[in-house]
Amino acid sequence: MSDAHAIETSTGLDSRKLAIWTFIGSECMFFATLISNYLVHKGKSLVGPFPHEAWTDPATGKVFEPIIEIPLVTVGTALLLFSSLFVVLALYGAQKGRRGMMLGWLGATIMCGIFFVGMQVYEFTHFVHKGLTLQRNMFGASFFTLTGFHGTHVTIGVIWLITMFVLALRGQLTPERSLKLEMAALYWHFVDVVWIIIFPVVYLIK
Amino acid sequence: MATTVLDQHRVHAAQGEKTGLWSWITTVDHKRIGILYGATAFFFFLLGGLEALLIRIQLMKPDNNFLTPEAYNQLFTMHGTSMIFLAIMPLSAMFFNYMIPLLIGARDVAFPRLNAFSYWVFLLGGLFLNAGFLFGAAPDQGWYGYANLTSRQFSPGANVDFWNMGLQILGVASLAAAVNFFVTIVNMRAKGMTMMRMPMFVWMSFITQILLLLAFPVIAVALILLMFDRFFGTNFFVPAGGGDPLLWQHFFWIFGHPEVYILVLPAFGIVSEVLPVFSRKPLFGYAAMVFSGAFIAFLGFGVWSHHMFTTGMGPIADTFFSLATMLIAIPTGVKIFNWMGTMWGGSIQYKTPMYFAVGFIAMFIIGGLSGVMHASPPADLQQNDTYFIVAHFHYVLFGGSIFALTAGAYYWWPKMSGRMLDERLGKLHFWLMLIGFNLTFFPMHFVGLNGMPRRTWTYPAELGFERLNQLETLGAFVLLLSFSVFLVNIFKTMRGPRNAPADPWNGATLEWAIPSPPPEWNFQDEPVVHGRDPLWEVKRERGGRLPEPAPGTGAGIHIPNPSYWPLVTAVGVASIFVAIMLSHKTGPWGIIVAVSVLFLGIFNWVFEKGYSEFTTPAHGGH
Repeated sequence: MSDAHAIETSTGLDSRKLAIWTFIGSECMFFATLISNYLVHKGKSLVGPFPHEAWTDPATGKVFEPIIEIPLVTVGTALLLFSSLFVVLALYGAQKGRRGMMLGWLGATIMCGIFFVGMQVYEFTHFVHKGLTLQRNMFGASFFTLTGFHGTHVTIGVIWLITMFVLALRGQLTPERSLKLEMAALYWHFVDVVWIIIFPVVYLIK
Repeated sequence: MATTVLDQHRVHAAQGEKTGLWSWITTVDHKRIGILYGATAFFFFLLGGLEALLIRIQLMKPDNNFLTPEAYNQLFTMHGTSMIFLAIMPLSAMFFNYMIPLLIGARDVAFPRLNAFSYWVFLLGGLFLNAGFLFGAAPDQGWYGYANLTSRQFSPGANVDFWNMGLQILGVASLAAAVNFFVTIVNMRAKGMTMMRMPMFVWMSFITQILLLLAFPVIAVALILLMFDRFFGTNFFVPAGGGDPLLWQHFFWIFGHPEVYILVLPAFGIVSEVLPVFSRKPLFGYAAMVFSGAFIAFLGFGVWSHHMFTTGMGPIADTFFSLATMLIAIPTGVKIFNWMGTMWGGSIQYKTPMYFAVGFIAMFIIGGLSGVMHASPPADLQQNDTYFIVAHFHYVLFGGSIFALTAGAYYWWPKMSGRMLDERLGKLHFWLMLIGFNLTFFPMHFVGLNGMPRRTWTYPAELGFERLNQLETLGAFVLLLSFSVFLVNIFKTMRGPRNAPADPWNGATLEWAIPSPPPEWNFQDEPVVHGRDPLWEVKRERGGRLPEPAPGTGAGIHIPNPSYWPLVTAVGVASIFVAIMLSHKTGPWGIIVAVSVLFLGIFNWVFEKGYSEFTTPAHGGH
């Protein structure tokens, strides 16, 4: 794993870093399409439960309350946003060779990520219990697809960061090799930024 | 004298070359991966051609029963899908792989193992897509898979799934390759090669990678949504459940129109390399060529709905998309005039690559003009879904892309194989292809305007389409003959000696400065570039042709190690989709196993012992 070759490119920028940026550019279109899909199908559900309004099933008379619970997701959102700050601090620790700082903040970032995924698992289960499944209506289909793919990205990010944490524990994340963590951090920031768009689009806009 | 030098090279090459199947499976050499891309794509091209021949036999006479309607649907779907995703795109990828590092003076791409991964995923995706034939369930819904023909209700079989997941796998390959080549072009250029000194093929490839990066995620999502509709019971494209079938068309063409430029921009690049060399003149209007290419790509994202005029989008949308589409004729026209300006007053060398390049310009103009015709919604309403459209896109994709790719094949063959192709057979190939192509596709304009619908398995005798259809079928067989001549030429050449000098065409770009075929490390000494036609400038300074270069020993040059983890990772990617197909039998376990294989591949790839990818051309010595 010699990284000593990563010098003197045409732009001066490390190729691996440029590759991550390129990949993120491509991912923007991926989420842009998923978000468009959500917006196109917004309000097209034939049956409830709906995100923001109550719905009474005309056949059974059963009332479905508005399904979205903003407080829980707000906590998750806040933690995800803080984790972006934490990973910056972890990277700073890695670049300066401050092992304790790197491990501590990296651990905090991972915990935030795990909590966010846990929040989403809870939310999904809760929705299914309240009658909203992938198949139920257009909201269920487009909501689970959009937030599910984002959650998958967060999960991959957590696995990536845990890998970095193990490397750091083994003493392999030296300042010269901190680019490894920087790449994971760039991806992590991207996943956060996408959530900043998803959160208002799905939860706040009625 | 020259032969002795070549003999020495041959001995050297024989000593240095790694051989055997394992060396190909684990290769990360961009040249070998290029050859693998080329061989695989040419196989799929012949398969797609065979499908086209069966279609032409069926349409040879009215009320024909040679094919059942079901078989006909499968054949036209697989013909279109194969030619786009398994033939033209990977044939372009062959040139990206083999030529881009050589043209920019690099020793490999930025990520050699990612490059191997792209190839293996492409191969598995191609096999997956074609696997439907083995089960009698090849895709049969057309290459653009319109909803709700693809819904479970109307396509209960696995046909659509082979198409859906096959394309998804191929998209992974394209995206991985696009990241790789984007970074390679930005970061791996030789000293002195600024962006505005890059060879035009590199420029057009660069723009193509940007298109791939931005267009493929859209189709990836659309295919995922379709998969959810078919496997998990969502209704994204099913109107009965509140979904919107037109959304599929928008998603598909937001990908699909840039895809057209993904297919044709590399062809523009190849022709822009061939024409100057055989006109003995630098490319006319270099900067205009760069910016017109970029402008075409930019506009390519704003014209998707011209595929959808018949869906009734309303006058404002129709006007916008019609005008944007017509606007594309301007940068394309700039390119055509610049190619002619390149030839104008040049000392034209009548070699086979030049024939194909000039043939490309002529045929592409015809395709471009019919394209401007149906950029107009009222005209399109008449022409949509007729053979006129079939004629149009074959003139741009066959007359455009395939002619240019063939020009590139003849042009770079000596560099890639170390052998000269036979000129007489090459010219025979050209004339047969030109005649066969026009015989096949020109009459389609007329039968199309007369109302013959595309994708219909037969036609009644009284409509009077018979004579022209016979001509088209005859033309298809002339095309078969022309590519047979090409195959004969290849086999004949491969049995002969390695007789190609380093610079057979008096080329202008860096690849002609190194031996044919190049040694594994490409450049013994890293080139330094001072202008747009670096080799011509060196020759001018030294007053004539350069001596045959020595391949060098490769001593002290860092070359990436072979690796099989890209193949394992690629198997992981493909098996996820196989597992989804079988999920009704295996439950989630198949998917869990497949994802495990994927992670096994990725982690062993990332932490491969003793592996170092070089990321810089400037530090070969380390």
